[in-house]
Amino acid sequence: MGKKILTEHINVAGIETFDVYRKQGGYTAVEKALKTMTPEGVVEEVKKAGVRGRGGAGFPMGMKWSFLAKPEGVPRYLVCNADESEPGTFKDHYLMKNIPHLLIEGMIISSFALGANTSFIYVRGELMYVIRILEKAIAEAKAAGFLGKNILGSGYDLELVVQPGGGAYICGEETALLESLEGKRGNPRNKPPFPAVKGLYQCPTVVNNVESIATTSWIVNNGGDAYAGIGIGRSTGTKLISASGHIKKPGVYEIELGVPVEEFIYSDEWCGGIRDGHHLKALVAGGSSVPILPAELSLKLANGDPRLMSYESLSEGGFQTGTMLGSGGFIVFDETACIVRNTWNFSRFYHHESCGQCSPCREGTGWMEKVLHRIEHGHGSMHDIDLLVDVAKKIEGNTICPLGDAAAWPVASAIRHFRDEFEWHITNPFEATQPGAVYQGHMALV
Amino acid sequence: MTTEAKPTIAFTPERLTLAKEIIARYPAGKQKSALLPLLHLLQEQEGWTSPEGMDMVASLLDIQPIEVFEVASFYTMYHLDPVGKHVIEYCRTGPCCLMGGEEVYAHLKQTLGIEAGQTTADGLFTVKEVECLAACGMGPVFQIREQYYTHLTNERVDEIIRDLSA
Ligand SMILES: Cc1cc2nc3c(=O)[nH]c(=O)nc-3n(C[C@H](O)[C@H](O)[C@H](O)COP(=O)(O)O)c2cc1C
Ligand code: SF4
Ligand code: FES
Repeated sequence: MGKKILTEHINVAGIETFDVYRKQGGYTAVEKALKTMTPEGVVEEVKKAGVRGRGGAGFPMGMKWSFLAKPEGVPRYLVCNADESEPGTFKDHYLMKNIPHLLIEGMIISSFALGANTSFIYVRGELMYVIRILEKAIAEAKAAGFLGKNILGSGYDLELVVQPGGGAYICGEETALLESLEGKRGNPRNKPPFPAVKGLYQCPTVVNNVESIATTSWIVNNGGDAYAGIGIGRSTGTKLISASGHIKKPGVYEIELGVPVEEFIYSDEWCGGIRDGHHLKALVAGGSSVPILPAELSLKLANGDPRLMSYESLSEGGFQTGTMLGSGGFIVFDETACIVRNTWNFSRFYHHESCGQCSPCREGTGWMEKVLHRIEHGHGSMHDIDLLVDVAKKIEGNTICPLGDAAAWPVASAIRHFRDEFEWHITNPFEATQPGAVYQGHMALV
Repeated sequence: MTTEAKPTIAFTPERLTLAKEIIARYPAGKQKSALLPLLHLLQEQEGWTSPEGMDMVASLLDIQPIEVFEVASFYTMYHLDPVGKHVIEYCRTGPCCLMGGEEVYAHLKQTLGIEAGQTTADGLFTVKEVECLAACGMGPVFQIREQYYTHLTNERVDEIIRDLSA
């Protein structure tokens, strides 16, 4: 049994209410932080915990916090990124909907640590029903004296604002999110300046993911060292994994980092295995943006050792044989899945979501979608495969924000590992375009 | 702005109160931050973000109408054209398709006799294609206003359409 830090009480009846959450030990971390710790002390514990950003990039949270500029007389802001739009990812939705007070409590602690007096939770607008749940939770916390002026007599003031997005994946990118929060189009900003220096309203700002912020209550209660003792190596703590696709039990699972991928997929505690009568063909381990892996490389490193659910192990082998933990959007494909069709689907997503500011991304995502559409629909040529590789290369590293890379990697990796499937579509256009037709060549299934 | 036509629609008194509360959430001078929430409020009331409605939002925020349109047109949730009574927004992204989404959505469109982006002749339903709705483990998924409908099958779709047509 893995350790549960975020979801331990998630199935308790009524946990979405203040009273039940409080009875389960909720808000004791706010009391501890505000009454017995300094803001610097909280930052120190978060640093010791080694918790890494759960939004996808994995940047150490404590380190990010310590970069926050603190000019005299200028407000500082904490913005929680609840835009959750990376295909395959639904953990923040699950957490906020079921246990909203865990995020509110984390927001209070984190805001206190950073010296922010107004903090924002930017939630994708499609989740309006979750926004209402959060607003209710905030009102309850405020009524109980955990928000507002002079919280618990500590002299610390905090207001929390829940902000809806308008429907745009790019607003998950932190600078686009800040633009959106200022009431503008979600065009990412050039960096530098970084948000830590000039963020929301040109003031120093920290942006963190829902799950990252939610870890802080446990860290304050139990200490950063205790948190760092969970997990494996530099992948400390637990991670929420959103499991979808061809598995027996799709859902959100909290795992201790370091669980073998094979165990995560096949154990009844988690995904429960591939659906009956089918076999693992491929895995996207960390949301649509990370490289896809074929079955054998999903479960094992190139040297044959088991691959683990950790930042390091998933990226072992670089992009040749590895991938990334990303957001923890774990998409499982069995042998009925067509890799070409899925790659086309993802590239359509990135083309649709490109904000259009930089030409390599705007044009490149359009090209990739078009070429993949043509291959999938039986009109491709062999030259198209190299064209895709070439376009992906031209996007990578040449854009204002990482959406360009995120669009390029799924395409490049699908071709790297499933080139024969692309070729089959091109050489067998009639067969390949029959409904439900999937390449059954020499792929390794597990 | 003497040449501007006066806004022809207004928020209901409750929504106007709420709109003012929302505007007051942001620091002085940063009222434009209320734009996205106000557009949601407008759409909740009118069903879409009509030009007259956007003009009203602009005057509430003391910004130019063109600024409102520029922003509204960036985001996918705001309907810039009139829509049916029920807007069905289905997720077309990979994980939902792995769960049989393409078949279910084809059935939905066939049942209603429309393509994505269209509205039924009786004005009851509009179907829109959207990207991942952060519910991938429960796919296929669509959303109607604030409600998510998950684990969709053809039968379930028939049931939902029947209920909403009643
Ligand atoms: C295109 C794009 C979309 C992103 N979407 C999200 C998102 O939905 N949620 C999120 O937390 N981070 C997202 N990120 C990452 C954020 O830019 C940022 O790194 C993160 O919110 C920082 O929080 P963390 O350090 O706690 O992970 C996205 C990044 C990019 C480039
Ligand atoms: S990489 Fe794409 S999404 Fe990012 S700023 Fe450039 S055009 Fe916009
Ligand atoms: S892919 Fe449909 S909700 Fe995520």
